[in-house]
Amino acid sequence: MRSMTLAAALLGASALAAMAQVPEVRVLTYDSFTADWGPGPAIEAGFEATCGCDLIYETAGDGAAMLARLMLTGARTEADVVVGLDTNLTHAAAASGMFAPHGLSPALALPIDWADPMFLPFDWGWFAFVHDTTRLPVPPASFEELIASDLSVVIQDPRSSTPGLGLLMWVRAAYGDRAAEIWRGLAPRILTVTPGWSEAYGLFLEGEADMVLSYTTSPAYHRIAESDPTKDFAAFSEGHYLQVEVAAVLAGSDQPDLARQFLEYLVSEAAQSVIPTTNWMYPAIDLPGGLPEGFDGPRPAVSLLFTPEEAAAQRDPALAEWRDALAR
Amino acid sequence: MRWRADPPLIRPAAALVAAVLVALNLGALVMVALRAEGGEGWQAADTAALRFTLVQAALSALVSVALAIPVARALARRRFAGRGALVALMGAPFILPVLVAVAGLLAIFGRNGIVNDFFGFLGFDPVSLYGLHGVVLAHVFLNLPLAVRLLLQGWARIPAEHHRLAAALGFGGWARFRHLEAPMLARVVPGVLAVVFLICLTSFAVALTLGGGPRATTLELAIWQAFRFDFDLGRAAMLAAVQAGLGFAALAALALVTRPEAALGGLDRVAPAPPGGLARAFDAVAIGAAGLFLLAPLGAVLARGLPRLASLPAPVWEAAGRSLIVAAASVVLLALMAAALTLAALRARWPEAVGMAALTASPLAIGTGLFIAVHPYADPAALALPVTALVNAAMALPFALRALIPAARRAEAEHGRLSLALGLSPGAHLRLVLWPRLRRPAGFALGLGAALSLGDLGVIALFSQPGSETLPMQMHALMGAFRMADAAGAAVLLMALAFGAFVGLERVIGGRHAGA
Repeated sequence: MRSMTLAAALLGASALAAMAQVPEVRVLTYDSFTADWGPGPAIEAGFEATCGCDLIYETAGDGAAMLARLMLTGARTEADVVVGLDTNLTHAAAASGMFAPHGLSPALALPIDWADPMFLPFDWGWFAFVHDTTRLPVPPASFEELIASDLSVVIQDPRSSTPGLGLLMWVRAAYGDRAAEIWRGLAPRILTVTPGWSEAYGLFLEGEADMVLSYTTSPAYHRIAESDPTKDFAAFSEGHYLQVEVAAVLAGSDQPDLARQFLEYLVSEAAQSVIPTTNWMYPAIDLPGGLPEGFDGPRPAVSLLFTPEEAAAQRDPALAEWRDALAR
Repeated sequence: MRWRADPPLIRPAAALVAAVLVALNLGALVMVALRAEGGEGWQAADTAALRFTLVQAALSALVSVALAIPVARALARRRFAGRGALVALMGAPFILPVLVAVAGLLAIFGRNGIVNDFFGFLGFDPVSLYGLHGVVLAHVFLNLPLAVRLLLQGWARIPAEHHRLAAALGFGGWARFRHLEAPMLARVVPGVLAVVFLICLTSFAVALTLGGGPRATTLELAIWQAFRFDFDLGRAAMLAAVQAGLGFAALAALALVTRPEAALGGLDRVAPAPPGGLARAFDAVAIGAAGLFLLAPLGAVLARGLPRLASLPAPVWEAAGRSLIVAAASVVLLALMAAALTLAALRARWPEAVGMAALTASPLAIGTGLFIAVHPYADPAALALPVTALVNAAMALPFALRALIPAARRAEAEHGRLSLALGLSPGAHLRLVLWPRLRRPAGFALGLGAALSLGDLGVIALFSQPGSETLPMQMHALMGAFRMADAAGAAVLLMALAFGAFVGLERVIGGRHAGA
């Protein structure tokens, strides 16, 4: 009896010692990624099943907040991997010198070519204006048709919101030097500008506005989670700007191998099959089983995307022309 | 004046509280500035943001207080069934998270709201909520309750004997106002104006969402932009300093116009019956209109969220538990800080100024400064909840002091000499003279502190990690994941907890007749 207790104690102690030696991988991401209904829990369980490590999430509000957090903590950051920056942030992120090449070459399925050695896409989507087909059966088919209509739209502030900044880039990519003119035309159509996506989407669902700036994948949420087929996006003939969400390894990571393993897992079929119905974006690879029903609607024909350098250079002038046009 | 020597602990305690507050406000700002490298200077857009910030805050304060005066007057002099419940319920909008309040307002004043349905029925064009008027409407909705409560406390401090004397002398309505109420208002209104002005000074989500676009940019949004869009800490610190400067200027103006409490005591007896007739009708309209304006949006929030309350996912309930713990810790801290500063404020003016200063700081700047300060020494995530409790207590302190200090000064002015003549010890003076007159404002202050802490979504957002989300954060997370119906349910839970904590503490600490 006594020896059994001793054995049990020894076993317990060795298990404790083993636990203490399990390496930790810290992943900095945005908070909706780690929510119960986000992709985080399934990806954590899946990775931990094979890595012999403990995956720990740290969160910030969104991609911009994550980058600001990294800049604040600098080289002292304990994060090994960052998940959830986009191409509007990667130029500044690369310039910080805090990231290392990932060295992976998965078979990506994006509407554009991707060859960035540091930032690896894990999902993507097109920005689009979403409407309710019962209230607006025939949506405008371009920015110019929207300008000519008497519809009201809600957009997000580019200074505090990812889609808001995406729309600035969209107008610039589609219209170049005519962007300021387009914004002046859009100004009367804009009901209000919200600080974040959720406020804008909430206003739209309340019926305050006819359309809201969101993603082409937003209607899939309503179709799949709510069995509500009445939401759709308006396909614009100018094309749609892309948001590509990326992950990267931090140069200062004390677990560089595990960090790379995590990126590899993140673009594997197991993790990618979770993405569509948790993050409500398109997966970064072709899934053998195809996309869930509800994601299979028509897609925009033309994709627009600035390189990170172009996006960084366009940002301040685009913001200035947006503010001038809407502050009138 | 021998006994007036303070109880030994008050002075050091007040100094300690002041040090904590200064460290939180100025220290955080300095931390941000120290971490900055260069930075863009003042820009033309900042002048526009400054102007809009001032205009919306000033208008919101003026309208809130102007509307609060007839409402508080009516509530102060009328007694009717359900009055206590009405006063308590009308306080609810102030403790709502702003996004919940906006949702409630939209249900009433939005494009598909009740008001526009009615206008459409009458054949009028719909009225748009978006623009400066929408911002002011929302700020009045949020702050009218506080203004009413602070003014009610002013009315409660008019001794009943004065009303009796006025009645005996046959004063009409005007004479009564001029001799009794106007002098009280002259003392109370500047403080209430300043408090509402300071709250609206750091407004961000309401101003932007209802303001209709970038012309509704406030300084707080410009600070947000500097932090996150430009990652320009120097600029963020400069803008935060300008915002704090505005607040200090408002506080300085308040100090200039505040008159000392007069030592004209009464025996705290019941006042005579108020006038009837036209005055009664006027009071009924004031109470009815304010009640409708404040309660209809709350009703809309309840109607939407109640059906989802029972089926809320588990993380929401866990977050609610965490929020309650943070609020409890925050209330204890608030009680200690408020007690030290209130007692110290009987002898000096600086404690009041220091306590009010917490309102002038940008929540984002405080959070970032704390993050920079804490990060080299500890994991900010581990400190998320304690830091939130402390910052919430500091943020609620100005409201607590606004309620406590005038009442304490008044009690001291009226009864201090009597206590002295009777040779009461400081302890007995505190227990027998001050506390009975302070427990009502104290109950109000701590109840408010608990409710504000429950609804706060400021500093925690910068520190928080998975597993330490508070209820307001969970509500936002639900909204961010398309789950508007669950978010509405969480909003009702939040409202119920905040309101329950407010009313509960007010009754327990303030006594049976609290809130009157």
